[in-house]
Amino acid sequence: MNVPESLRYSEDHEWLRTEGGEAVVGITAYAADELGDVVFVELPDVGRHLAANETFGVIESVKTASDLHVPAAGEVVAVNEDLADAPELVNSEPYDGGWMIRLKLDDAAASEGLLDAEAYRATIGD
Amino acid sequence: MLAALGIESVETLFDDIPAAVRADGLDLPGPRSELELARELEALAGRNRTDLVSFLGAGVYGHYIPAAVDAVVSRGEFSTAYTPYQPEISQGTLQTIYEFQSLISELIGLPVVSASHYDGASATAEAALMTVRATRRERVLVSRALHQHYRETTRTYFGPGTRRLEELPTAPDGTTDLAALEAALADTADPVAGVLIGQPNVFGLLEPMAEAAALAHAAGALFVAVVEPVSLAVLAPPGAYGADIAAGEGQPLGIAPAYGGPYLGLLACRGELMRQIPGRLVGRTTDIEGRRAFVMTLRAREQDIRRDKAASNICTNQALCALAATAYLATVGPGGLADVAAAGAAAARRTEAALAAIGVERVHTAPYLNEFAVRVPDASAVHARLLDAGILAGLPLARWYPDDPDLADALLLATTELTSDEDIDRLAAALGGGSV
Repeated sequence: MNVPESLRYSEDHEWLRTEGGEAVVGITAYAADELGDVVFVELPDVGRHLAANETFGVIESVKTASDLHVPAAGEVVAVNEDLADAPELVNSEPYDGGWMIRLKLDDAAASEGLLDAEAYRATIGD
Repeated sequence: MLAALGIESVETLFDDIPAAVRADGLDLPGPRSELELARELEALAGRNRTDLVSFLGAGVYGHYIPAAVDAVVSRGEFSTAYTPYQPEISQGTLQTIYEFQSLISELIGLPVVSASHYDGASATAEAALMTVRATRRERVLVSRALHQHYRETTRTYFGPGTRRLEELPTAPDGTTDLAALEAALADTADPVAGVLIGQPNVFGLLEPMAEAAALAHAAGALFVAVVEPVSLAVLAPPGAYGADIAAGEGQPLGIAPAYGGPYLGLLACRGELMRQIPGRLVGRTTDIEGRRAFVMTLRAREQDIRRDKAASNICTNQALCALAATAYLATVGPGGLADVAAAGAAAARRTEAALAAIGVERVHTAPYLNEFAVRVPDASAVHARLLDAGILAGLPLARWYPDDPDLADALLLATTELTSDEDIDRLAAALGGGSV
Protein backbone atom coordinates (compact mmCIF):
# COMPACT_ATOMS: atom_id res chain seq x y z
CA MET A 1 0.00 0.00 0.00
CA ASN A 2 1.28 3.41 -0.97
CA VAL A 3 2.13 5.34 2.24
CA PRO A 4 4.71 8.09 1.51
CA GLU A 5 7.36 8.49 4.21
CA SER A 6 7.41 12.27 3.96
CA LEU A 7 3.79 12.73 5.09
CA ARG A 8 1.95 12.64 8.40
CA TYR A 9 -1.34 10.82 8.94
CA SER A 10 -4.49 10.86 11.04
CA GLU A 11 -6.20 7.72 12.27
CA ASP A 12 -9.10 8.20 9.94
CA HIS A 13 -6.95 8.19 6.85
CA GLU A 14 -6.23 11.81 6.07
CA TRP A 15 -2.65 12.81 5.18
CA LEU A 16 -0.99 16.15 5.91
CA ARG A 17 2.07 17.71 4.24
CA THR A 18 3.61 20.68 6.01
CA GLU A 19 5.03 23.49 3.85
CA GLY A 20 6.34 26.23 6.17
CA GLY A 21 3.41 27.54 8.17
CA GLU A 22 0.91 25.93 5.82
CA ALA A 23 -0.33 22.38 5.33
CA VAL A 24 -1.91 20.48 2.45
CA VAL A 25 -4.50 17.80 3.30
CA GLY A 26 -6.00 14.87 1.39
CA ILE A 27 -6.99 11.23 1.93
CA THR A 28 -4.68 8.21 1.71
CA ALA A 29 -4.49 5.65 -1.07
CA TYR A 30 -5.90 3.11 1.39
CA ALA A 31 -8.97 5.29 2.05
CA ALA A 32 -9.50 6.01 -1.65
CA ASP A 33 -9.27 2.31 -2.35
CA GLU A 34 -11.87 1.47 0.32
CA LEU A 35 -14.25 4.14 -0.98
CA GLY A 36 -14.19 2.98 -4.56
CA ASP A 37 -14.72 5.37 -7.46
CA VAL A 38 -15.02 8.89 -6.06
CA VAL A 39 -17.83 10.85 -7.73
CA PHE A 40 -17.95 14.05 -5.70
CA VAL A 41 -15.97 15.97 -3.08
CA GLU A 42 -17.65 18.73 -1.10
CA LEU A 43 -15.02 21.23 0.02
CA PRO A 44 -15.22 24.16 2.47
CA ASP A 45 -15.23 27.84 1.59
CA VAL A 46 -11.85 29.58 1.51
CA GLY A 47 -11.44 31.67 4.64
CA ARG A 48 -13.22 29.26 6.94
CA HIS A 49 -11.41 28.42 10.16
CA LEU A 50 -11.36 24.76 11.19
CA ALA A 51 -10.64 23.24 14.60
CA ALA A 52 -8.59 20.05 14.79
CA ASN A 53 -10.70 17.03 13.73
CA GLU A 54 -13.52 19.27 12.55
CA THR A 55 -15.44 18.04 9.49
CA PHE A 56 -14.24 20.05 6.51
CA GLY A 57 -16.21 18.34 3.80
CA VAL A 58 -17.82 15.20 2.43
CA ILE A 59 -16.45 12.66 -0.04
CA GLU A 60 -18.98 10.70 -2.06
CA SER A 61 -18.28 7.49 -3.95
CA VAL A 62 -20.65 5.17 -5.75
CA LYS A 63 -21.24 3.21 -2.57
CA THR A 64 -21.00 5.66 0.31
CA ALA A 65 -20.57 9.23 1.49
CA SER A 66 -18.11 9.97 4.29
CA ASP A 67 -17.14 13.02 6.28
CA LEU A 68 -13.63 14.41 5.90
CA HIS A 69 -11.87 15.56 9.09
CA VAL A 70 -8.99 18.04 9.22
CA PRO A 71 -6.01 16.60 11.13
CA ALA A 72 -4.88 20.01 12.45
CA ALA A 73 -6.45 23.40 13.14
CA GLY A 74 -6.10 26.29 10.72
CA GLU A 75 -7.67 28.64 8.20
CA VAL A 76 -8.54 27.35 4.73
CA VAL A 77 -6.48 29.37 2.21
CA ALA A 78 -7.13 27.24 -0.88
CA VAL A 79 -9.20 24.28 -2.06
CA ASN A 80 -8.51 22.00 -5.03
CA GLU A 81 -10.88 23.30 -7.71
CA ASP A 82 -9.86 20.48 -10.10
CA LEU A 83 -11.85 18.01 -8.03
CA ALA A 84 -15.14 19.60 -9.15
CA ASP A 85 -14.70 18.29 -12.69
CA ALA A 86 -12.31 15.42 -11.98
CA PRO A 87 -13.12 13.81 -8.61
CA GLU A 88 -11.40 10.66 -9.86
CA LEU A 89 -8.05 12.38 -9.14
CA VAL A 90 -8.59 11.27 -5.53
CA ASN A 91 -8.34 7.66 -6.71
CA SER A 92 -5.57 8.10 -9.30
CA GLU A 93 -3.35 10.64 -7.45
CA PRO A 94 -4.38 10.67 -3.78
CA TYR A 95 -1.19 12.46 -2.66
CA ASP A 96 -0.72 14.78 -5.65
CA GLY A 97 -3.50 15.89 -8.00
CA GLY A 98 -6.09 14.63 -5.51
CA TRP A 99 -5.12 17.07 -2.74
CA MET A 100 -8.15 18.68 -1.08
CA ILE A 101 -7.43 21.75 1.05
CA ARG A 102 -4.51 24.00 1.96
CA LEU A 103 -4.49 25.45 5.48
CA LYS A 104 -2.65 28.22 7.24
CA LEU A 105 -1.88 26.25 10.41
CA ASP A 106 -2.73 27.69 13.82
CA ASP A 107 0.31 25.80 15.13
CA ALA A 108 3.15 25.34 12.63
CA ALA A 109 4.33 22.27 14.55
CA ALA A 110 0.91 20.59 14.61
CA SER A 111 1.98 17.71 12.37
CA GLU A 112 4.30 16.40 15.07
CA GLY A 113 1.24 15.18 16.95
CA LEU A 114 0.15 13.02 14.03
CA LEU A 115 1.10 9.48 13.00
CA ASP A 116 4.21 8.95 10.89
CA ALA A 117 4.18 6.60 7.91
CA GLU A 118 5.17 3.57 9.93
CA ALA A 119 2.54 4.17 12.63
CA TYR A 120 -0.14 4.73 10.00
CA ARG A 121 0.85 1.56 8.18
CA ALA A 122 0.38 -0.30 11.43
CA THR A 123 -3.18 1.00 11.75
CA ILE A 124 -4.11 -0.31 8.32
CA GLY A 125 -2.41 -3.61 8.98
CA ASP A 126 0.19 -3.13 6.26
CA MET B 1 -37.80 -23.40 16.08
CA LEU B 2 -38.21 -22.90 19.85
CA ALA B 3 -35.76 -25.74 20.39
CA ALA B 4 -33.26 -24.18 17.94
CA LEU B 5 -33.50 -20.85 19.85
CA GLY B 6 -33.19 -22.63 23.16
CA ILE B 7 -36.33 -21.13 24.67
CA GLU B 8 -39.51 -22.63 26.09
CA SER B 9 -42.19 -20.40 24.53
CA VAL B 10 -42.74 -17.59 22.04
CA GLU B 11 -43.59 -15.24 24.95
CA THR B 12 -39.94 -15.28 26.00
CA LEU B 13 -39.05 -13.35 22.82
CA PHE B 14 -41.04 -10.37 24.14
CA ASP B 15 -39.33 -10.20 27.54
CA ASP B 16 -37.51 -6.97 26.62
CA ILE B 17 -40.77 -5.08 26.15
CA PRO B 18 -41.85 -3.43 29.44
CA ALA B 19 -45.19 -4.65 30.80
CA ALA B 20 -46.47 -1.07 30.99
CA VAL B 21 -46.47 -0.68 27.20
CA ARG B 22 -47.80 -4.07 26.26
CA ALA B 23 -51.25 -4.35 24.70
CA ASP B 24 -53.77 -6.25 26.77
CA GLY B 25 -55.29 -8.08 23.83
CA LEU B 26 -56.90 -6.28 20.89
CA ASP B 27 -60.58 -5.39 20.96
CA LEU B 28 -61.40 -6.75 17.50
CA PRO B 29 -64.62 -8.33 16.34
CA GLY B 30 -64.56 -11.95 15.27
CA PRO B 31 -63.94 -13.06 11.70
CA ARG B 32 -66.46 -12.09 9.01
CA SER B 33 -67.31 -13.56 5.66
CA GLU B 34 -66.39 -11.53 2.58
CA LEU B 35 -70.08 -10.67 2.06
CA GLU B 36 -70.56 -9.47 5.67
CA LEU B 37 -67.36 -7.49 5.57
CA ALA B 38 -68.22 -5.87 2.24
CA ARG B 39 -71.59 -4.77 3.65
CA GLU B 40 -69.96 -3.36 6.80
CA LEU B 41 -67.39 -1.38 4.83
CA GLU B 42 -70.05 -0.09 2.42
CA ALA B 43 -72.05 1.17 5.40
CA LEU B 44 -68.99 3.00 6.70
CA ALA B 45 -68.26 4.46 3.26
CA GLY B 46 -71.90 5.51 3.04
CA ARG B 47 -71.26 8.03 5.79
CA ASN B 48 -69.11 10.08 3.42
CA ARG B 49 -70.89 12.94 1.69
CA THR B 50 -70.30 12.41 -2.03
CA ASP B 51 -73.19 14.59 -3.19
CA LEU B 52 -71.82 17.99 -2.29
CA VAL B 53 -71.38 20.88 -4.68
CA SER B 54 -67.90 21.88 -3.62
CA PHE B 55 -66.16 25.24 -3.66
CA LEU B 56 -63.45 23.99 -1.32
CA GLY B 57 -59.82 24.47 -2.38
CA ALA B 58 -57.28 25.63 0.18
CA GLY B 59 -54.50 23.54 -1.29
CA VAL B 60 -56.55 20.61 -2.63
CA TYR B 61 -58.47 20.91 -5.93
CA GLY B 62 -60.97 18.57 -7.54
CA HIS B 63 -60.31 18.09 -11.25
CA TYR B 64 -61.61 15.63 -13.82
CA ILE B 65 -59.40 12.55 -13.84
CA PRO B 66 -59.27 10.90 -17.27
CA ALA B 67 -59.97 7.15 -17.35
CA ALA B 68 -56.47 6.54 -18.73
CA VAL B 69 -54.97 7.51 -15.37
CA ASP B 70 -56.85 4.85 -13.48
CA ALA B 71 -56.11 2.29 -16.17
CA VAL B 72 -52.37 2.83 -15.72
CA VAL B 73 -52.35 3.18 -11.94
CA SER B 74 -54.47 0.09 -11.27
CA ARG B 75 -52.12 -2.25 -13.10
CA GLY B 76 -50.96 -4.86 -10.60
CA GLU B 77 -47.30 -4.36 -11.51
CA PHE B 78 -47.56 -0.80 -10.23
CA SER B 79 -50.19 -0.92 -7.51
CA THR B 80 -48.92 -3.97 -5.65
CA ALA B 81 -45.16 -3.58 -5.97
CA TYR B 82 -43.34 -2.72 -2.75
CA THR B 83 -40.23 -0.49 -3.00
CA PRO B 84 -39.75 -1.32 -6.68
CA TYR B 85 -36.47 0.49 -7.23
CA GLN B 86 -34.03 -2.28 -8.16
CA PRO B 87 -32.74 -1.59 -11.65
CA GLU B 88 -32.42 -5.31 -12.41
CA ILE B 89 -36.17 -5.92 -12.31
CA SER B 90 -37.92 -2.53 -12.12
CA GLN B 91 -36.97 -0.67 -15.30
CA GLY B 92 -40.63 0.12 -15.99
CA THR B 93 -41.18 1.75 -12.61
CA LEU B 94 -37.87 3.60 -12.72
CA GLN B 95 -38.71 4.89 -16.21
CA THR B 96 -42.06 6.24 -14.97
CA ILE B 97 -40.33 8.01 -12.08
CA TYR B 98 -37.76 9.49 -14.49
CA GLU B 99 -40.62 10.70 -16.71
CA PHE B 100 -42.40 12.12 -13.65
CA GLN B 101 -39.25 14.05 -12.73
CA SER B 102 -38.89 15.27 -16.33
CA LEU B 103 -42.52 16.46 -16.63
CA ILE B 104 -42.42 18.27 -13.28
CA SER B 105 -39.09 19.82 -14.28
CA GLU B 106 -40.75 21.18 -17.43
CA LEU B 107 -43.69 22.56 -15.43
CA ILE B 108 -41.60 24.14 -12.70
CA GLY B 109 -38.71 25.31 -14.88
CA LEU B 110 -35.95 23.95 -12.63
CA PRO B 111 -33.57 21.18 -13.71
CA VAL B 112 -33.43 18.90 -10.65
CA VAL B 113 -36.64 17.24 -9.39
CA SER B 114 -36.85 14.58 -6.69
CA ALA B 115 -38.88 11.39 -7.15
CA SER B 116 -41.52 12.96 -4.86
CA HIS B 117 -42.33 13.38 -1.17
CA TYR B 118 -45.36 12.62 0.98
CA ASP B 119 -47.23 15.86 0.36
CA GLY B 120 -46.87 19.59 -0.25
CA ALA B 121 -46.43 20.30 3.46
CA SER B 122 -43.47 17.96 3.97
CA ALA B 123 -41.92 19.01 0.64
CA THR B 124 -42.11 22.64 1.82
CA ALA B 125 -40.48 21.70 5.14
CA GLU B 126 -37.67 19.93 3.27
CA ALA B 127 -37.20 22.99 1.05
CA ALA B 128 -36.87 25.20 4.14
CA LEU B 129 -34.25 22.84 5.60
CA MET B 130 -32.37 22.91 2.28
CA THR B 131 -31.94 26.66 2.60
CA VAL B 132 -30.51 26.24 6.09
CA ARG B 133 -28.03 23.60 4.99
CA ALA B 134 -26.98 25.36 1.80
CA THR B 135 -26.36 28.77 3.37
CA ARG B 136 -25.31 27.59 6.82
CA ARG B 137 -27.66 30.25 8.24
CA GLU B 138 -30.42 29.53 10.73
CA ARG B 139 -33.20 32.01 10.10
CA VAL B 140 -35.97 31.25 7.59
CA LEU B 141 -38.73 33.70 6.63
CA VAL B 142 -42.16 32.41 5.58
CA SER B 143 -45.15 34.43 4.47
CA ARG B 144 -48.20 34.20 6.75
CA ALA B 145 -50.10 33.80 3.48
CA LEU B 146 -48.49 30.39 2.95
CA HIS B 147 -50.81 27.45 3.68
CA GLN B 148 -51.33 26.90 7.41
CA HIS B 149 -50.48 23.19 7.25
CA TYR B 150 -47.22 23.89 5.41
CA ARG B 151 -46.11 26.45 7.99
CA GLU B 152 -46.99 24.12 10.86
CA THR B 153 -45.26 21.14 9.29
CA THR B 154 -42.14 23.20 8.62
CA ARG B 155 -42.15 24.27 12.24
CA THR B 156 -42.36 20.61 13.28
CA TYR B 157 -39.45 19.68 10.98
CA PHE B 158 -37.35 22.52 12.40
CA GLY B 159 -37.91 21.01 15.83
CA PRO B 160 -35.93 22.09 18.88
CA GLY B 161 -32.58 23.71 18.21
CA THR B 162 -31.35 26.99 16.81
CA ARG B 163 -33.18 27.04 13.48
CA ARG B 164 -35.96 29.62 13.46
CA LEU B 165 -39.03 30.14 11.29
CA GLU B 166 -40.28 33.74 11.21
CA GLU B 167 -43.57 34.84 9.66
CA LEU B 168 -43.85 37.78 7.28
CA PRO B 169 -47.02 39.90 7.43
CA THR B 170 -49.32 40.50 4.49
CA ALA B 171 -50.10 43.86 2.95
CA PRO B 172 -53.69 45.18 2.87
CA ASP B 173 -54.19 43.76 -0.63
CA GLY B 174 -53.60 40.24 0.72
CA THR B 175 -50.13 39.60 -0.69
CA THR B 176 -46.86 39.30 1.25
CA ASP B 177 -45.62 42.66 2.54
CA LEU B 178 -42.42 43.30 0.55
CA ALA B 179 -41.37 46.23 2.73
CA ALA B 180 -41.51 43.94 5.76
CA LEU B 181 -39.53 41.31 3.84
CA GLU B 182 -36.85 43.86 2.97
CA ALA B 183 -36.66 45.00 6.58
CA ALA B 184 -36.39 41.43 7.85
CA LEU B 185 -33.58 40.70 5.37
CA ALA B 186 -31.65 43.79 6.43
CA ASP B 187 -30.44 42.35 9.75
CA THR B 188 -26.92 41.35 8.73
CA ALA B 189 -26.14 40.21 12.27
CA ASP B 190 -28.77 37.49 11.92
CA PRO B 191 -28.77 36.66 8.21
CA VAL B 192 -31.63 34.85 6.49
CA ALA B 193 -31.18 31.41 4.92
CA GLY B 194 -34.36 31.29 2.87
CA VAL B 195 -37.62 33.04 2.04
CA LEU B 196 -40.77 30.95 1.41
CA ILE B 197 -43.77 32.36 -0.49
CA GLY B 198 -46.73 30.51 -2.07
CA GLN B 199 -47.87 31.16 -5.62
CA PRO B 200 -50.81 31.54 -5.60
CA ASN B 201 -50.90 32.16 -1.86
CA VAL B 202 -53.44 30.56 0.48
CA PHE B 203 -55.93 33.37 -0.23
CA GLY B 204 -55.70 32.47 -3.93
CA LEU B 205 -53.80 35.67 -4.72
CA LEU B 206 -50.86 36.17 -7.08
CA GLU B 207 -47.69 37.21 -5.25
CA PRO B 208 -44.86 39.46 -6.54
CA MET B 209 -42.46 36.51 -6.82
CA ALA B 210 -39.74 38.12 -9.00
CA GLU B 211 -39.42 41.11 -6.67
CA ALA B 212 -39.36 38.89 -3.58
CA ALA B 213 -36.71 36.64 -5.14
CA ALA B 214 -34.53 39.65 -5.96
CA LEU B 215 -34.80 40.95 -2.38
CA ALA B 216 -33.87 37.53 -1.01
CA HIS B 217 -30.86 37.16 -3.31
CA ALA B 218 -29.60 40.66 -2.53
CA ALA B 219 -29.31 39.53 1.09
CA GLY B 220 -27.65 36.22 0.22
CA ALA B 221 -30.77 34.20 1.00
CA LEU B 222 -32.33 31.49 -1.15
CA PHE B 223 -35.84 31.93 -2.56
CA VAL B 224 -38.36 29.09 -2.27
CA ALA B 225 -41.57 29.14 -4.32
CA VAL B 226 -44.42 26.94 -3.08
CA VAL B 227 -46.59 26.30 -6.11
CA GLU B 228 -49.79 24.67 -7.35
CA PRO B 229 -48.95 22.57 -10.44
CA VAL B 230 -52.03 23.16 -12.63
CA SER B 231 -51.52 26.92 -12.30
CA LEU B 232 -48.03 26.50 -13.78
CA ALA B 233 -49.65 25.90 -17.17
CA VAL B 234 -50.64 29.58 -17.27
CA LEU B 235 -48.48 31.37 -14.68
CA ALA B 236 -44.75 32.12 -14.85
CA PRO B 237 -42.99 29.10 -13.29
CA PRO B 238 -40.42 29.29 -10.47
CA GLY B 239 -37.51 28.93 -12.91
CA ALA B 240 -38.62 32.10 -14.69
CA TYR B 241 -38.52 34.37 -11.64
CA GLY B 242 -35.31 33.20 -10.01
CA ALA B 243 -36.51 30.65 -7.45
CA ASP B 244 -33.68 28.48 -6.15
CA ILE B 245 -36.04 25.80 -4.85
CA ALA B 246 -39.68 24.99 -5.57
CA ALA B 247 -42.05 22.85 -3.51
CA GLY B 248 -45.71 22.06 -4.00
CA GLU B 249 -48.67 19.73 -3.73
CA GLY B 250 -49.13 17.44 -6.74
CA GLN B 251 -52.65 16.29 -5.81
CA PRO B 252 -54.36 18.36 -8.55
CA LEU B 253 -52.52 16.25 -11.14
CA GLY B 254 -54.80 13.25 -11.50
CA ILE B 255 -55.21 12.43 -7.79
CA ALA B 256 -58.65 12.63 -6.17
CA PRO B 257 -59.09 14.86 -3.10
CA ALA B 258 -60.04 11.70 -1.19
CA TYR B 259 -60.79 13.43 2.15
CA GLY B 260 -57.15 14.36 2.77
CA GLY B 261 -54.84 11.92 1.02
CA PRO B 262 -52.71 10.24 -0.13
CA TYR B 263 -51.17 13.25 -1.84
CA LEU B 264 -47.93 14.03 -3.60
CA GLY B 265 -45.05 16.26 -2.54
CA LEU B 266 -43.16 18.06 -5.32
CA LEU B 267 -39.61 19.32 -4.78
CA ALA B 268 -37.27 20.87 -7.34
CA CYS B 269 -34.09 22.95 -7.31
CA ARG B 270 -31.34 24.57 -9.36
CA GLY B 271 -28.45 22.40 -10.53
CA GLU B 272 -25.99 23.77 -7.97
CA LEU B 273 -28.23 22.50 -5.15
CA MET B 274 -28.49 18.97 -6.57
CA ARG B 275 -26.60 17.39 -3.68
CA GLN B 276 -28.68 19.22 -1.12
CA ILE B 277 -32.06 17.95 -2.33
CA PRO B 278 -33.49 15.15 -0.18
CA GLY B 279 -35.50 12.26 -1.55
CA ARG B 280 -34.78 9.77 -4.25
CA LEU B 281 -33.50 10.69 -7.69
CA VAL B 282 -33.82 8.46 -10.74
CA GLY B 283 -31.29 8.96 -13.52
CA ARG B 284 -30.92 7.73 -17.06
CA THR B 285 -27.78 5.84 -18.10
CA THR B 286 -26.71 2.89 -20.26
CA ASP B 287 -26.29 -0.70 -19.13
CA ILE B 288 -23.32 -2.97 -19.76
CA GLU B 289 -24.65 -3.74 -23.25
CA GLY B 290 -25.08 -0.08 -24.14
CA ARG B 291 -28.88 -0.09 -23.84
CA ARG B 292 -30.73 2.83 -22.23
CA ALA B 293 -31.45 2.08 -18.58
CA PHE B 294 -32.82 3.86 -15.52
CA VAL B 295 -31.37 3.69 -12.02
CA MET B 296 -31.60 5.50 -8.70
CA THR B 297 -28.66 7.85 -8.37
CA LEU B 298 -26.94 9.92 -5.68
CA ARG B 299 -28.02 7.11 -3.35
CA ALA B 300 -25.05 7.52 -1.04
CA ARG B 301 -26.66 10.67 0.38
CA GLU B 302 -29.69 8.89 1.76
CA GLN B 303 -30.20 8.05 5.38
CA ASP B 304 -29.43 4.35 5.13
CA ILE B 305 -25.88 5.33 4.17
CA ARG B 306 -25.37 8.74 5.82
CA ARG B 307 -27.52 8.00 8.89
CA ASP B 308 -27.72 11.11 11.09
CA LYS B 309 -25.71 13.09 8.54
CA ALA B 310 -28.30 12.57 5.80
CA ALA B 311 -30.26 15.54 4.54
CA SER B 312 -33.54 13.88 5.46
CA ASN B 313 -34.98 10.65 6.79
CA ILE B 314 -36.94 10.05 3.59
CA CYS B 315 -35.80 7.04 1.57
CA THR B 316 -38.91 6.39 -0.47
CA ASN B 317 -41.28 8.26 -2.75
CA GLN B 318 -45.03 8.46 -3.38
CA ALA B 319 -44.60 6.07 -6.32
CA LEU B 320 -48.24 5.36 -7.14
CA CYS B 321 -49.35 8.99 -6.78
CA ALA B 322 -46.37 10.14 -8.84
CA LEU B 323 -47.42 7.63 -11.48
CA ALA B 324 -50.96 9.03 -11.45
CA ALA B 325 -49.56 12.54 -11.95
CA THR B 326 -47.36 11.31 -14.80
CA ALA B 327 -50.25 9.56 -16.53
CA TYR B 328 -52.44 12.65 -16.03
CA LEU B 329 -49.87 15.04 -17.51
CA ALA B 330 -49.14 12.71 -20.40
CA THR B 331 -52.86 12.40 -21.12
CA VAL B 332 -53.87 16.07 -20.96
CA GLY B 333 -50.59 17.45 -22.36
CA PRO B 334 -49.45 21.07 -22.03
CA GLY B 335 -52.42 22.37 -24.06
CA GLY B 336 -54.92 20.38 -22.03
CA LEU B 337 -53.40 21.52 -18.75
CA ALA B 338 -53.65 25.15 -19.86
CA ASP B 339 -57.31 24.53 -20.76
CA VAL B 340 -57.95 23.11 -17.27
CA ALA B 341 -56.32 26.12 -15.62
CA ALA B 342 -58.16 28.58 -17.86
CA ALA B 343 -61.53 26.92 -17.29
CA GLY B 344 -61.08 27.11 -13.52
CA ALA B 345 -60.09 30.76 -13.79
CA ALA B 346 -63.11 31.57 -15.94
CA ALA B 347 -65.45 29.84 -13.49
CA ALA B 348 -63.89 31.85 -10.66
CA ARG B 349 -64.64 35.12 -12.46
CA ARG B 350 -68.24 34.06 -13.10
CA THR B 351 -68.52 33.19 -9.41
CA GLU B 352 -67.10 36.54 -8.34
CA ALA B 353 -69.60 38.33 -10.60
CA ALA B 354 -72.58 36.25 -9.42
CA LEU B 355 -71.73 36.93 -5.80
CA ALA B 356 -71.03 40.62 -6.32
CA ALA B 357 -74.51 40.86 -7.88
CA ILE B 358 -76.03 39.81 -4.53
CA GLY B 359 -73.73 42.06 -2.51
CA VAL B 360 -71.12 39.47 -1.52
CA GLU B 361 -67.74 41.13 -2.14
CA ARG B 362 -64.11 40.00 -2.20
CA VAL B 363 -62.02 40.51 0.92
CA HIS B 364 -58.78 41.27 -0.97
CA THR B 365 -57.92 43.38 -3.98
CA ALA B 366 -54.89 41.59 -5.44
CA PRO B 367 -55.39 39.52 -8.64
CA TYR B 368 -56.33 35.85 -8.26
CA LEU B 369 -56.31 32.80 -10.53
CA ASN B 370 -59.07 30.39 -9.48
CA GLU B 371 -59.54 31.03 -5.76
CA PHE B 372 -60.50 34.08 -3.69
CA ALA B 373 -62.04 35.05 -0.34
CA VAL B 374 -65.42 36.76 0.06
CA ARG B 375 -66.92 38.50 3.05
CA VAL B 376 -70.08 36.83 4.45
CA PRO B 377 -71.47 37.97 7.83
CA ASP B 378 -71.41 35.14 10.35
CA ALA B 379 -69.37 33.07 7.91
CA SER B 380 -69.07 29.92 10.04
CA ALA B 381 -72.81 29.68 10.63
CA VAL B 382 -73.56 30.33 6.96
CA HIS B 383 -71.01 27.68 5.99
CA ALA B 384 -72.76 25.14 8.25
CA ARG B 385 -76.20 26.05 6.89
CA LEU B 386 -75.03 25.65 3.30
CA LEU B 387 -73.38 22.34 4.13
CA ASP B 388 -76.71 21.00 5.37
CA ALA B 389 -78.18 22.08 2.07
CA GLY B 390 -75.53 20.20 0.07
CA ILE B 391 -73.11 23.05 -0.71
CA LEU B 392 -69.54 23.06 0.57
CA ALA B 393 -68.96 26.82 0.60
CA GLY B 394 -65.19 26.74 0.73
CA LEU B 395 -63.21 27.34 3.91
CA PRO B 396 -64.07 29.81 6.73
CA LEU B 397 -60.67 31.50 7.01
CA ALA B 398 -61.19 32.33 10.70
CA ARG B 399 -60.37 28.69 11.29
CA TRP B 400 -56.75 29.30 10.19
CA TYR B 401 -56.47 32.99 11.12
CA PRO B 402 -58.48 33.27 14.36
CA ASP B 403 -56.73 36.47 15.45
CA ASP B 404 -57.26 38.38 12.20
CA PRO B 405 -60.42 40.53 12.40
CA ASP B 406 -60.27 41.11 8.64
CA LEU B 407 -60.81 37.37 8.04
CA ALA B 408 -63.43 36.76 10.73
CA ASP B 409 -66.22 36.75 8.14
CA ALA B 410 -64.23 35.38 5.20
CA LEU B 411 -65.01 32.31 3.11
CA LEU B 412 -62.27 31.04 0.78
CA LEU B 413 -63.86 29.81 -2.45
CA ALA B 414 -62.18 27.86 -5.25
CA THR B 415 -63.41 26.77 -8.68
CA THR B 416 -62.11 24.32 -11.25
CA GLU B 417 -63.20 23.11 -14.68
CA LEU B 418 -65.73 20.95 -12.77
CA THR B 419 -67.59 24.01 -11.45
CA SER B 420 -70.74 24.41 -13.55
CA ASP B 421 -72.94 27.47 -14.00
CA GLU B 422 -75.65 25.61 -12.08
CA ASP B 423 -73.26 25.17 -9.17
CA ILE B 424 -72.51 28.90 -9.18
CA ASP B 425 -76.23 29.76 -9.34
CA ARG B 426 -76.96 27.47 -6.39
CA LEU B 427 -74.17 29.05 -4.34
CA ALA B 428 -75.37 32.58 -5.13
CA ALA B 429 -78.97 31.66 -4.36
CA ALA B 430 -78.00 30.07 -1.04
CA LEU B 431 -75.81 32.98 0.03
CA GLY B 432 -78.44 35.44 -1.08
CA GLY B 433 -80.77 33.88 1.44
CA GLY B 434 -82.94 32.20 -1.16
CA SER B 435 -83.77 28.51 -1.43
CA VAL B 436 -81.11 26.00 -2.48
